[in-house]
Amino acid sequence: MIEFLIILPVIIHFFTGAVLIATMKSRDISRTISLASAFLLLVSSLILFAVVWLSGIKVLYVGSWKAPFGISFIADIFSVSMLVMTAVMLILVTIYSFASIDSGREKYGFWVFLQFMIMGVCGSFLTGDIFNLFVWFEVMLMSSFVLIALGNEKFQLEGAVKYVTINVISSVLFLSAVGILYGLTGSLNMADLSGKIKLVENKYLINIAALFFLTSFGIKAAIFPLFFWLPASYPTPPIPVTSIFSALLTKVGVFALIRIFTIVFIHNVPFTHGILLALAGLTMVTGVLGAAAQFEFRRILAFHIVSQIGYLLLGLGLFTLNGLAATVFFFFHIMLAKTNLFFISGIVNRIYGSYDLNRLGGIYKNHPFISIMFMISAGSLAGIPPFPGFWAKLFVIKAAFESHYYFIGAVAILVSILTLYSMLKIWNEAFWKNIEHPDTKEEKLTNKFGWYVPVIIVSVLMILISVFPEHVYIISQKASEQILNSAVYIKNVIGK
Amino acid sequence: MVLRRSIVKLVIGLALLTHAANLLIFVTGRINTQMPPIIGKNEDILLPPFADPIPQALILTAIVISFGLTAFAIVLIKRTYKQTGNEDLDDLNTTDKIDKL
Repeated sequence: MIEFLIILPVIIHFFTGAVLIATMKSRDISRTISLASAFLLLVSSLILFAVVWLSGIKVLYVGSWKAPFGISFIADIFSVSMLVMTAVMLILVTIYSFASIDSGREKYGFWVFLQFMIMGVCGSFLTGDIFNLFVWFEVMLMSSFVLIALGNEKFQLEGAVKYVTINVISSVLFLSAVGILYGLTGSLNMADLSGKIKLVENKYLINIAALFFLTSFGIKAAIFPLFFWLPASYPTPPIPVTSIFSALLTKVGVFALIRIFTIVFIHNVPFTHGILLALAGLTMVTGVLGAAAQFEFRRILAFHIVSQIGYLLLGLGLFTLNGLAATVFFFFHIMLAKTNLFFISGIVNRIYGSYDLNRLGGIYKNHPFISIMFMISAGSLAGIPPFPGFWAKLFVIKAAFESHYYFIGAVAILVSILTLYSMLKIWNEAFWKNIEHPDTKEEKLTNKFGWYVPVIIVSVLMILISVFPEHVYIISQKASEQILNSAVYIKNVIGK
Repeated sequence: MVLRRSIVKLVIGLALLTHAANLLIFVTGRINTQMPPIIGKNEDILLPPFADPIPQALILTAIVISFGLTAFAIVLIKRTYKQTGNEDLDDLNTTDKIDKL
C-alpha cells in the first residue's frame, strides 16, 4: 500500500489537470484547485520523503509486472527530494501567477498545462524505465510548448519555434538511443540494462548509444555546445512560465543525465565521464561570458542558467561521493536562487515597465525591500558567504580538488567571480544607479500579496539553508550514496 | 529539410526525422518473419526464436507522440506566420538581438 504513494504525485496532477479543463473559464475555481493540488503534492512528497529516508528505496511495479518486464516506478532519496523541491516551486509559481498572469492566458488553459507539465516532471523523476522516461519527457515538453506559445505575442512565437524545433530533434535522438540500446540488450529497465550492458560485446555501439543520450539530454539541460536555444526562447514568455521552466525543465535534463550515467553507462567511466567533465567546464565558462555581454535583465539570468548547469554537471563528471553530494546540494540552491531572481525581475518590470538595465535605475532608493531580496539571491548565485550558493560552490570545488582535478576547480572559481561581476552589473545599473525617469512611469503593484509572498518565502528558505547547511548536506550525501551505490538500486528493483 | 529557411519545410523535416527514429527502432528490434511470438500447443513457455513484439509497442507510442508534435508544430508555424508576416527562419531572430526585447 505504501508503494502507492510513489505514483501519487503523477495521479494528483493528472486529475487536477483534467478537472481544470472543465473549469477553465472560471478564474477563481481554477486558482483554488491549482493551489490545492500544489499543496497536495507537497504533502504527498514529504510523506514519501520520510518513508524513503527511514526505510530505503521503494519500488512500485505498475500492473504488478515484475521488473524487468513491466514499468517500474522508483523512489530514492534523490528523486524524492527533487519532488519536494518541485512541490515548493509549484506553490510559489502558483501564488506568483495569481498576481502576474493576465486573464487571457488564464482563460486559455495556463493552469491546465501547468498541471500537466508538473505531471511530466514528476513522472520523469520517478520512472525506472528509459522508454517510459521518454514518454514523460514528451508529456512535459508538449505542455511546455503550449505554455511558451500561449498568448500569441510576436516574441513568444519566435521563441517557441526555436524551442519546439530543438526539442523535437532532441527527442528523436533520445528515441534513437533507446532503439539502439534495446536492439543491443533487449531490455528497457534501467536497473536491468546496467547488468546487461556489461555482457554486450560491441563496446563501440554502447559508447555511441551513450553519446546519443548525452546529446539528447544535453540539449534539454542546455549544456555546451547545445545551449544556444535557451537564451533565445526562455526570456520570451511571461515571468511565471520562465521561472518554472528555469526551476524545473533544464534540471530534469540534468537529473536524467545523472540517472543514465550512474546506473546504465558505467562501463567506461574515463571515457564518458571525462567528456562530461570537459563539457561542464565549457558550459560554465560560455554561459557566464554570454551573460557578461547582455544588458537585459531576463537574458542575463537565462545565460546564468546555462552557466550553473555546468556546476551541476561537474559533480557528475567527477563521479565521486562528494562530487555527487555537491551536485544534489547545488540543485537545492539553484532552484531557489534562480526562481527568486526571475520573480524579482518580474516585479521590477511591473513597477518600471522595462527589463532593460540602461533604462532602469534607483530601485534601491524607492524600494529598499525588494533590493535586499535581490541581494540575497544574487549573492547566493555568485557564491558570497553565508548564502547557500557559497556552500554549494564550496562543496563542488572541494570535491574537484579532492579528485585532483585542479584545473576544473580553478575554472569553477573563476566563473564564480565572473558571476559576481554580472550580478553586480544588475545591482549597479538597476538598483544603485541614480537616474531620472523621463520615459518610464512608475506603477503601483495592485496585488502586493501575490507579488511579494513567493519572494519572501524563497528568501527565508535560502536564509534557512545558509544557517543550517549541514542538514541539507547530510540529505545530499545520503542521496549521493544511493546514487553511487547502484548495486543496491538494482537489487531493490530486480530483486536479486 | 530542418536546415532550410522556410518554416513549412522545417516542419516537414521534423516529421521525417521522427519517422526515421521509428524506423531505426523497427530495424534494430530483431525483425524476422515466420516466427510469431505465440506459445505452441505443447509448450508451457515461449521458446526462442520468436519475433519480438515490444518494438511495435514502442513505435506505436512514438508515432502517436510524433503525430501530436507535428500537429502542434503546424499550428505554431501558422500562428507565427500570421503574427510576424514572415516565413523565413533567418528573419525570426529578434529575440537574439541585444536590447530588442
